[in-house]
Order: sequence, then C-alpha cells, then structure tokens
Amino acid sequence: MDFSLLRNIITRYCVGEENWVDSRTVYIGHKEPPPGAEAYIPQRYPDNRIVSSKYTFWNFIPKNLFEQFRRIANFYFLVIFLVQLIIDTPTSPVTSGLPLFFVITVTAIKQGYEDWLRHKADCSINECPVDVVQQGKVVRTQSHKLRVGDIVMVREDEIFPCDLIFLSSSRYDGICYVTTTSLDGESSHKTYYAVPDTMAFRTEQEVDSLHATIECEQPQPDLYKFVGRINIYKDKEEPISRTLGAENLLLRGATLKNTQHIYAVAVYTGMETKMALNYQSKSQKRSAVEKSMNAFLIVYLCILISKAVINTVLKYAWQWSPDRDEPWYNHRTEIERQRHVVIRAFTDFLAFMVLFNYIIPVSMYVTVEMQKFLGSYFITWDEEMFDEELGQGAQVNTSDLNEELGQVEYVFTDKTGTLTENNMEFIECCVDGNVYIPHAICNGQILSAASSIDMIDSSPGGYRREYEDLFFRALCLCHTVQVKEEETVDGIKRGIHQGRPTSFYISSSPDEVALVEGMKRLGYTYLRLKDSYMEILNKDDEIERFELLHVLNFDSVRRRMSVIVKSSSGEYLLFCKGADSSIFPRVVSGKVEQVRARVEQNAVEGLRTLCVAYRRLSQSEYQEACHHLTEAKLALQDREQRLAQAYDIIERDFVLLGATAVEDRLQEKAADTIESLHKAGIKVWVLTGDKMETAAATCYASKLFRHSTQILELTKKRTEEQSLHDILFELNRTVLRQRSISGLSVDCLDFGLIIDGATLSAILKSNQEGTSHGNYREIFLEICRNCSAVLCCRMAPLQKAQIVKLIKASKEHPITLAVGDGANDVSMILEAHVGIGIMGKEGRQAARNSDYAIPKFKHLKKMLLVHGHYYYIRIAELVQYFFYKNVCFIFPQFLYQFFCGFSQQPLYDTAYLTLYNISFTSLPILLYSLVEQHVTMESLKREPSLYRDIAKNSLLRWPVFLYWTCLGVFDAFIFFFGAYFLFDNTTFTSNGQLMTTNTQMMFGNWTFGTLVFTVLVFTVTLKLALDTHHWTWINHFVIWGSLLFYVIFSLLWGGIIWPFLNYQRMYYVFMQMLSSGPAWLSIILLITVSLLPDVIKKVLCRAICPTATERAQSSRPCLTVEPSTIFMLSQSSSRMSF
Amino acid sequence: MMASSYNAKEEDGHHPGSSNHGGTGPSSSKKPDNTAFKQQRLPAWQPILTAGTVLPAFFIIGLIFIPIGIGLYVTSNNIKEFEIDYTGVEPDSPCYICAQNFSWNSTTPCICTVNFTLQQPFENNVYMYYGLSNFYQNHRRYVKSRDDKQLNGDLNNLEDPSSDCEPYRKIGGKAVAPCGAIANSLFNDTLDLSYVESNGTLNSIDLQRKGIAWWTDKHVKFKNPAGSNLSVAFQNTVMPVNWRNPVYNLDPSDPDNNGFINEDFIVWMRTAALPTFRKLYRIIPKKSGAASTLPSGSYRLKIAYNYPVLSFDGRKRMILSTISWMGGKNPFLGIAYITVGSICFFLGIVLLIINHKYGNRSSSADIPN
Repeated sequence: MDFSLLRNIITRYCVGEENWVDSRTVYIGHKEPPPGAEAYIPQRYPDNRIVSSKYTFWNFIPKNLFEQFRRIANFYFLVIFLVQLIIDTPTSPVTSGLPLFFVITVTAIKQGYEDWLRHKADCSINECPVDVVQQGKVVRTQSHKLRVGDIVMVREDEIFPCDLIFLSSSRYDGICYVTTTSLDGESSHKTYYAVPDTMAFRTEQEVDSLHATIECEQPQPDLYKFVGRINIYKDKEEPISRTLGAENLLLRGATLKNTQHIYAVAVYTGMETKMALNYQSKSQKRSAVEKSMNAFLIVYLCILISKAVINTVLKYAWQWSPDRDEPWYNHRTEIERQRHVVIRAFTDFLAFMVLFNYIIPVSMYVTVEMQKFLGSYFITWDEEMFDEELGQGAQVNTSDLNEELGQVEYVFTDKTGTLTENNMEFIECCVDGNVYIPHAICNGQILSAASSIDMIDSSPGGYRREYEDLFFRALCLCHTVQVKEEETVDGIKRGIHQGRPTSFYISSSPDEVALVEGMKRLGYTYLRLKDSYMEILNKDDEIERFELLHVLNFDSVRRRMSVIVKSSSGEYLLFCKGADSSIFPRVVSGKVEQVRARVEQNAVEGLRTLCVAYRRLSQSEYQEACHHLTEAKLALQDREQRLAQAYDIIERDFVLLGATAVEDRLQEKAADTIESLHKAGIKVWVLTGDKMETAAATCYASKLFRHSTQILELTKKRTEEQSLHDILFELNRTVLRQRSISGLSVDCLDFGLIIDGATLSAILKSNQEGTSHGNYREIFLEICRNCSAVLCCRMAPLQKAQIVKLIKASKEHPITLAVGDGANDVSMILEAHVGIGIMGKEGRQAARNSDYAIPKFKHLKKMLLVHGHYYYIRIAELVQYFFYKNVCFIFPQFLYQFFCGFSQQPLYDTAYLTLYNISFTSLPILLYSLVEQHVTMESLKREPSLYRDIAKNSLLRWPVFLYWTCLGVFDAFIFFFGAYFLFDNTTFTSNGQLMTTNTQMMFGNWTFGTLVFTVLVFTVTLKLALDTHHWTWINHFVIWGSLLFYVIFSLLWGGIIWPFLNYQRMYYVFMQMLSSGPAWLSIILLITVSLLPDVIKKVLCRAICPTATERAQSSRPCLTVEPSTIFMLSQSSSRMSF
Repeated sequence: MMASSYNAKEEDGHHPGSSNHGGTGPSSSKKPDNTAFKQQRLPAWQPILTAGTVLPAFFIIGLIFIPIGIGLYVTSNNIKEFEIDYTGVEPDSPCYICAQNFSWNSTTPCICTVNFTLQQPFENNVYMYYGLSNFYQNHRRYVKSRDDKQLNGDLNNLEDPSSDCEPYRKIGGKAVAPCGAIANSLFNDTLDLSYVESNGTLNSIDLQRKGIAWWTDKHVKFKNPAGSNLSVAFQNTVMPVNWRNPVYNLDPSDPDNNGFINEDFIVWMRTAALPTFRKLYRIIPKKSGAASTLPSGSYRLKIAYNYPVLSFDGRKRMILSTISWMGGKNPFLGIAYITVGSICFFLGIVLLIINHKYGNRSSSADIPN
C-alpha cells in the first residue's frame, strides 16, 4: 500500500546504473594526467545543483495528481466519482466530486506551498557564491556551477558547497576544524587533515599547479566512511599515491571553523553529496491503530458490497412483474429499455455502490491525518518535556505513530546516556594493583590534584614507578581528544593550566574526556597535538613530546583503541585501552589477577571500567605494523575488513598496566520513570554494550531490579558449565513453577533475566540451524515473557536490533519501543515500532533517526503515560466514531430502498450527502481528537496503571467495533422507522396555526429525508458530546456551533431558489418541517431514544464493573485537594532518603 | 494506506534546503510557550456519566415525556377521521365497473357513487384527502422526472424541457408542459361530496380548492410562463399524454388556479415519501355559527373515475379528517412518548437501585488504591 518504499527501490536502481563503475576518477582542476598513466576518460557528473523540490512549475499538476491518486483511498473516491459521471446514478457526481476535489486541492496547495518553499531554499543554496580557483586565480561563481574536479576555496564560517577532498589549509599543520551540526547535530569541532603532499600549498597558484587525480568510491550515504586514493604526478616521476579517508573528506553542509581558509577539490557534487544522499525518507512505520483502521475498512467495504448486492438482487426479484417494473405512470426511456438486463443489473449494482459509498468516508482519512499532524504539536509544545540545559524540548519526527505511544508493551532502553547521564567522572585508577583516587572529599572540599593521590600501597619501588609512568602516559596519549583553545564558546570551560589561555577537551566519547581530565588531576596534563607530536606536561612541569605515528581507532566490535607513538628517546610504544574482555585475552604479562579483581569490584559498583595495556615495539616490529596498516589503509575495497585484520595482528602481546574506573551517574528520575513504566504494565529491557556487573548495578540503582527480584542468569559463564539447552529448560521450569504458585498467592515474585550477547547469539543461531534441540527461541521468549525486567549486556548494536526483532515477531506481536542516544542504538530505534532518541552527548544520530526525540529519559514517562494515552484514546474514538456516524448516515438510506422499489432513490438531498462528513459532523470529532482528556494529566501521571486499560489496542478490538457498529445500526433503525411511522399512518402535516398563511400541507419525500437527517446530525453530535469528558470553551463552541451551522445552513439552503441548481426540491422544506409541531416532538423523541442505549451502557458498565480509568474519573472530584499534599509529602520523604 | 499523505512532516523538514533555514535546531530550541492551550491545561468542565448523575435526568425525562405522550394521545384520539376505499376491487363495490372498464381512450369519465355514513359530526375545518397505496411516487426515475425550471416559468425550459423528463419530454417534436412522469400521472379523479338529507335530497357540500398547497410553492417555486393569456403562453407545447385537459385549463371554475400554479397540481408535484400516501384534496371550511361542518348522517361521494390503479395493485381512498394543534390523527407519536417516558422512568428506578447497591462499593474501593 505504501508506495514510498517502492519509489525508493526504483530510484535506487535507477541511480544504480551509474554505479556500475565501482570507483570514480576525479581530475583535479580538470587537468589530464600525463599520457601513459591512464586514459583520460572525461566523466559526466551532475552539477552542484541541489534539488529538493519535487515539482517544477510545469509538471506540478499532473505529477501531484498522480501522486495523490496513487493512494488507495483517493483512488477509490475517484473511481466512485467516475462511475457517477458515466452511469446514471442516484446522486450527482458533485456529492463525491466535491469532497474529493476539496481534499485533493487542499493537499495540492499544501504540497505546492511546501515545494515552493523548497524551491526558494534550493535557489538560495544553489546561488550562494563560491570561490573557485581557475588559472591560478580565485573566481567567484555560483554554487550550482561547481563541477567535480574544481578546486574550491572556503573561508572560515562558510559552509562547504559540496563534498571536498581537503588539499591544504591556512594553518601550518595542515588541519582544519569543522562542525557538522547540520549533518548529525554534533556541535563539537572535528579535525580534518589535508593530504600530506599538498598541505604545504599556500597560494592559489600553487594549488592550481597541482597535477593529480583522485580515485574514490562512488557516492554512498554513510557520513563516516570514505575510501579513496590520490595520485600526484610530478614531472615524469612515478605518481605518488596517498590514501584518503573520511578524515580528508569535508562534507557538504558542514561549516569551517577556526581556520582562515582552505583549498579543497570537489569530488561529489549536487545530489551525490553525502548530505543529499542522507536525506532520503526512511521506511514508513505503521501504527497498530492504522492496521485496525484498515481492517475495519475492509469490513465496511464488505458491508458496502453486500448491501449493494442484496439490493440489486432484491430489486430484480421485486420488479419481476412488469407492472412493478414499469407501471403506467413511470415508464423507462427507449434507450434504457433496449439495454440488456445484465448491463442494467450491473449498472444498478454500481448505482447502489455509489449510493452507499459514503459509508467509507473520505473525510476520515483527512481527519486522521489532521489529527495526527496537529496533535503532534502538543508534544513539541510540552513545557514539561523541555530541558533547560539543552535548550530543547521534545521533537516529533513523524506524527504517524502518536497513538502507538499509548500501546507500548516493551521498552528497550540503552544504558549509557539514556538511563545514565553520560556525564563521566573519573573515579579511580588501578595501576598494577595500586589504587589511585584523584580527589578525596574532605570536609566537602575537593583537594587539588597531586596532593590527594591516595596510595594504598605505600612504597612504590622503581619497578612500579616505571609502570605508573607508563600508565599515566598511556592514558595521556591513547585517545582522540582535541584541545580546544577558545575563549568565547558557551559552555563549561575547564582551564588546562593556570596562566595559559583557557581551553578544554573535546571528544566524541565522554569517557576519554573524563580520563584525560582525570589524568590532569593526577598531574599529567595533555597539552596538544602539534605537527603530529603530542605534548604532555608531566608532574614535574616538564613537557614531554611523543611523536604520534598511528591511531588505531576505536570501534564497537573491537572495543579498544590503540596509538603507536615514538618517545623522545626513540622508543616505539603501542598503548592500548579498551574493555577488559578485549584486553585480557591479549595480555601476556602484568598483574592480571589483581587488576581483574579490581575491575570486577568496580563494575559491581556500577562504574565503567577500561583496561590499559602497552607493548614495546622494536624497529622491525614497528616497520611491519606500519606495513600492515598502510597496506590496509591504501586498499580501495574492503578497507574496513583489512584494517580490522591489521589491528588484530598489531594489538597483541600486551603488558597489562592497569585499569580505570569512570562513573556515569543515573539520569534524574530514571528510577521513578522505570517504576512508573513497570506499573503501567510495560516490560523494560535494558540493552547495553557494557559489562554485566556494571549494567546490573545500574539496573538495581534504577529500580529495574528490586531486591525482591529473583535474578535469572543466562550468561556465557553459565553456558560454559552447562549446556544452553539445560539452562533454558531449567529456567523455564523455575519460571513456570513460580507462576503456578503465585497464581494462588497475591504477591508474586518477579523475575529479572540477565543475558549476554554471546548467549543471545547462541540462542538465535540455534533456531537458524534448526537443530533437533527444539526451538530455543520459543523457550527463551517464554522465559522473557515471565520476567518483569530483562538486562541484556555485552550487546553489539546489531544484536540490539535482533532482540527487538525477536520480540516483535513473537506470537503476541507486542508493540515495542526503543530508546537510545547513541549511534549504536540507531539500528534498534529503526527496528522497533516506535523509536525514541535521547538528545544526548553522543551526537544526534539517534535523535535524527528516531520517530520522537526527547531531551531526557525521564520525559519518556510523560510521553507514554500522558501523551501516548491521550493520543490513543483520541484516535480510537475518532476511528470508531467515524464508522459509527457513517453507519447512522447510510443505513437509513439502505432501509429506504425497501420502500422505494429499490430504485436507488437517495433519502437525503445532495447538499446533505455532500456536507455531512465535510462540515456538519467533522469539526466536533476533530476537536475531540485533539483536546479530549478523559482523565486529568495528573491522575495519569499519578496512576501509571491506567495505561493497562488501553493496552493491546483495547479500544479498537472487534467487540468494541461491533458495539459501535450495532449502536450505529440501532440508531439508524430508530431514525428511519421513527420517521416512517410518523409519515406512514398519519397525515403528517404542518400546523395551520403556526403559519397562518398556510393551512394543511403534505410533506413529501424530501421532508422525510430532512427529518431523518436532522435527527441524525443532532444524535451523532450529541453522542460525541456524551463521550466528551473534557469540555473546554472550544468544545462548547464547536459542538454547539456545528449544530447551529447545520440549522443555519438548512435554513439558507431551503430559503432561496438557487439559480445554479436545476432542481429546487429543498425549497422551504426545512422551514415547513420546523413549523410543524409533531416534527419537533418527533425529533426530540428520536434523539432521546437513539442516545438512550449508549447512556445506559455507559452508566451500567461504570456502576457494575468500573475500569481503573473510570474509577480514576469518578474519584477525581474528591481528590482535588489531596494530591498536592500527597505529592509534597512524597517529595519531602524522597528528599530525606537521599 | 494513506498514511503520511497529508502529513507535513512526510519528507520535508529534512531536506537539504530546509536544514539551513528552519530544521530542527533553532526553531525548537526556543522554550515552548506556557499557554493553557499549548500545555493542554485549558479550564474544562469534566462531566462523567454515573448512575448518580444520570438518575435525575431519567426521572425528569420520564416525568416530561409521559404527560406529553398522554396529551398527544388524547389529542390524536379526539381527531375524527373517516376513510373509505373506492378502488373497486370487489365485484360488489360501486366502482367495480368503472375500475374494470377503464380505458385511457374513453372521452367521458366513468362516474360511480359511494354512500357512507358519518357516525359523529365533524367540527371545525374538515380536510379531505385522497390516498393512494402501492404507488411509488418515491421511485428514483419518477422523482427525478420533472423540470423545476419549467415549472418556475422559465421560457427556455418551457419549450425545451430538461432531459430528466424523458420519456415524457416531447411528443411529436413539441415540448410537453408540464413535462415529466410526475406531472403526467397527475391524480385526476374528481370527488364530489354531498350530504344526503333524511328526505333523500342531495345537499352538495362546498369544497374549497385553494389553500391546499404550500404558500411558497404556489407563489415562488411554481410560476406560470409570462404571457397575457395562459393559453397563448402554452401554445407551443402539448399537454402530457395522460391528461384530459391542458395545463391552462385545470380548474375551469377559477382562472387564477390554472397553469403551473394549480394547487392540485402543486400538491401532486410534491412527491410522497412512501408508497402509501395521502394528499390533501379539498378543504371543507367551518360553517358559521354552531352548526358542525359535517353533521353526522349519510353522505354520498360522487367519483369521476379517471385514475387507474388496478394494474399495479394500487388502492384509492378518500379520507375526511379534522386536525388539531399537532396535525392529523397520529396515535404513534403519543404512544411512543408514553413508552419512552415509561422506559426512562423505569430505568431511573433501576439505576437508583444500582446506584444504591454499587455506588457505595465503588467509592469505597477507591480508598485502598
């Protein structure tokens, strides 16, 4: 049904045609390489024009119409409209044409306006000036005229016009700083490196003299990957090849900072830039409500078709006798008579379809869309979800899933940065068994730096001294932290050293900053990286310089990073830091046991630990390592894989130095949020890459596990002892036994499960292999189902997504929500039904890929329990009500066919048919679906268990749907037969006394229809009024206003001979009806009777078996004063406990 | 299906273009306004339907509806109505011969007389109706078959009626006026009522032919085509096939009641809602003084039998009725009011019991929570 996916696939294939060539060769400055090197193949690349607009002036109407009619619903109404045009149908084409036209026009105007904005934005971007180096001169041109191979000069604070390879900078070290805020939201400055051979170029002439080609891969959307090679030709020498990586590629959209100007060459332009490639729409997620809506729609479509079939069959049965078919007073035309009976029957069928087509209302789609779109503003407007520190509130990236927030059954949360602050603080380090704590708190004062080093082991010998020195140097050198010497940046400034310009550390990983800062407090200050020399100020205020040779970057698979440095004494040293699990297997010597013990102890306390190791490299070893690295780096293909192999070869035979511990505090109210989610019946799973002990400690702190929780472990440690099979079955038995016991006793013991990545993959793998051991996956799911909390540790990013997928696919098909803050959570955020990003410190990638972004974890509570709940009940009512009101609307029409010889005579006038859904009954429900609050926000927050009332799509299940439909049918019967009896056996007349000029007048079929319609509009609106629990002045205005509008419209519609109409059947019908006493009486009676069953049902349900929601509603009046005091009490008590 | 179709955030907002001038960063970094509407904290009345609150409403509805119902019922019962079927289906009925020998071609109308007796005198204005059964005036083809413009005196449509009138649009190239199936099937029985004095002499009763149509219909919706003389105005048209008199000669007694504004015609043109219907035919005005409009006794109805209904199993009736403030005889409304009122009252009692029984329980159940 959704075509955007298809479109993506198609475009991908179309683009793919160009991509047949794996790499592209860029001729810098459009200069041909010297003959013999390679054949000069002038390649065609798109110009640097950014086209984000969809339409042009010429193709707007056809293309937009095409886009709109691809939607099934629009198409359905178009077909109905065409049928009305072609055959002789009971209602004029206007009735379906007008709403359709309205919807299409409004959408087209909206899209056209948006496209116009895009055109404007495109224009301003495409025409912004760019400096290009041509013939040794800087020429100013427009951005869209840029071509691949052009050399561009970019000045400070300018935005890069396309993806560029960095050639040289005004800085002598050949680097530049860049912010990528508009790309990934990270505001930190990133360093990019110029190609070493060209970094010395200073002037345009020099740059222009460069003769080189760049080979690089075809454009791909990954912002952080780039593989390429530059070949520099110098006079008749062999070309020099250099590898190019992501650190050489300046991305379009990023801004140059702290650098006067740079020269760079364009490699990807226009729509091929990484930024443009990244703004493709994501695949659409569909909410459960939408699925039920579609199911209901199919039911109604069936009802529609069966109604039409029944009526067609009955029609032909009834008019079998020719006197009924064509009595003398009502002949057919000759043309009709000559038509074949089958064609006539088919036409009749279509006519019935047209007559009843309103049962599927076009306006429902519009209303649902409007509700979702407008409703999502309440999330962005929410002040409580605004974070002062970040200066940001919640963000809605898609409004399609609003109601899904009220249906969440599983929450998958990341730990670091989500549950915790991701505000790292260096706590201690352990060097070779000795523990150092940078600051001890004495009388509330933090003692400064070195004086407070607490040496547990009293006498450090020379041997230890050496280890200590190495350890601290390792931490000072093994990182990718930058020093930022800036005076005017808002934020927390941390002086590196007194007397020098204030500067602070920036890194993509907060752990590293914490470590480097911790080192500073211990007396070793990292000063800067200059000309690939790292400078350290050691304890004795001496500057030590190390030449940085290689950085083996961190990645989440290896879980470690290394640097190779050359000390001033000429030693080659490799320092490595990483997770204990990735370091210990590679360690050959060192006090492994002591360190391990300390690490584990720290982990239990919830600290993040890292191990530090080093390796001394001989000259030959270094050469070899160098060789491996350069080879891998030069590779154009599979570079990642080769690099990983090279790293694996180099990072071994370590000597363990020690370990560090960094604390990551829990986010405020994280525990409260988790507790509320638990009470709301939501299962919370923590998925983290962290160690089990650390993660478990966090879980206890955040009340995910309580002390009463029985922990089930499913970890590698256990699987080594027992087979996975046995453990699974044993756990399953425990859980089941407990459940059968707790079935009797009220307070059931809750279970918490801990599983690690390795075991998880074993469980998942077992299923794929289809072993005879039965389906582990099912057993695992069974265990999980009975656990209130699950902790998955040591997870790779992809495993997180796998878990989500596993739960999604389990047999109950629960609604899942994933919340995370980092790039490693993106896969899980995309996989879950609802993805929520935390605007955290690890960049904005998660927030960018999420459906909703919130500043803090605690906001999840309001998001789900209040907003989700509201959106769900609002949209549930919206959907049910829409079907209900259309049953009420169309069913009398169906019944009327039995009394008009199945002739498709419409009961209502065309205007009423057209406007019923568009205006008479549309606004009240739209407003209801925007502002309804069946329970106050406070009670929703106070009683999370109310969330259980709407779990499992409870308001849109079949029984509820059936109830609404039956109510609709009942009301329709009341409307129709009420009017029928009044017309049938009496002279239903207007009153002579009221209108003196008239005496006894008969009412015709249009009066009959108007009477039914009036009752219908009033009943349907009042039914909504009965359902409204939250009457603001807007509700009053809209509900009473729309009734008034109906009356005024009817008076007007019947009050004038409308010159553009060729019939005047409604003339004075409404007024005549109102002038009759019995009409008033019967309208009142019929409305009362129609509303009665629903009122009784509501009252009885509430009185006999009230739901929690209903109790909360009725307890509202008596609790108005108390909650504030209770709240204050609980606050003060919680404060006491801290 | 149509997800995201009207969703402004569909693909925009994340376009390269908009990322610079709007996007997510700067616009949302502003603190949201603390207005009651945006924070969803508008002051609101929060009614809940509980047994306790609905109870009084039920009793009130009961207490209001039952008297109204009784009033309606009594009023309806006071209305006198007399109905006689003169179709002539049974062989012994007076119109049997007329009904059987009906032919469209006969020039002289078949006359039959029906005698009947009114047991009670009819006071005030008495309304005389004709009723038809099994006559589908609400058939779509039929309802549609008219030209309101022509009926409104539009000269263009007079000579070139709307195609809706097919197959009653033109005869031999000349436009039919009034065109269409409704007009063509105009009820054309003539009913004359006379009081039979005890001595056997017939006393013809004055039947008023005007004032039976809606004022707006007669004066606004229906208009004769302009022209000094009606017969001139209609000279280029022919009358419908089944008519005996042209449209400008529908009421020979009153020249102002001819053409499209003939009231019998207007009444007929308002198509009935259901296949069994009655239409106002004549008004018998109240006599001055104390005398009843129709005193009890025997009457004779003389029918010029022009309208065939047997072919489609139809029935023809003549109805005499008085009216009240609430219109004609209408026991249904009164009964319905009484029933609904009683139900509400009864439900009120049930709810009272329920409220008494469960009300305490549910309120006490709140405390442990």
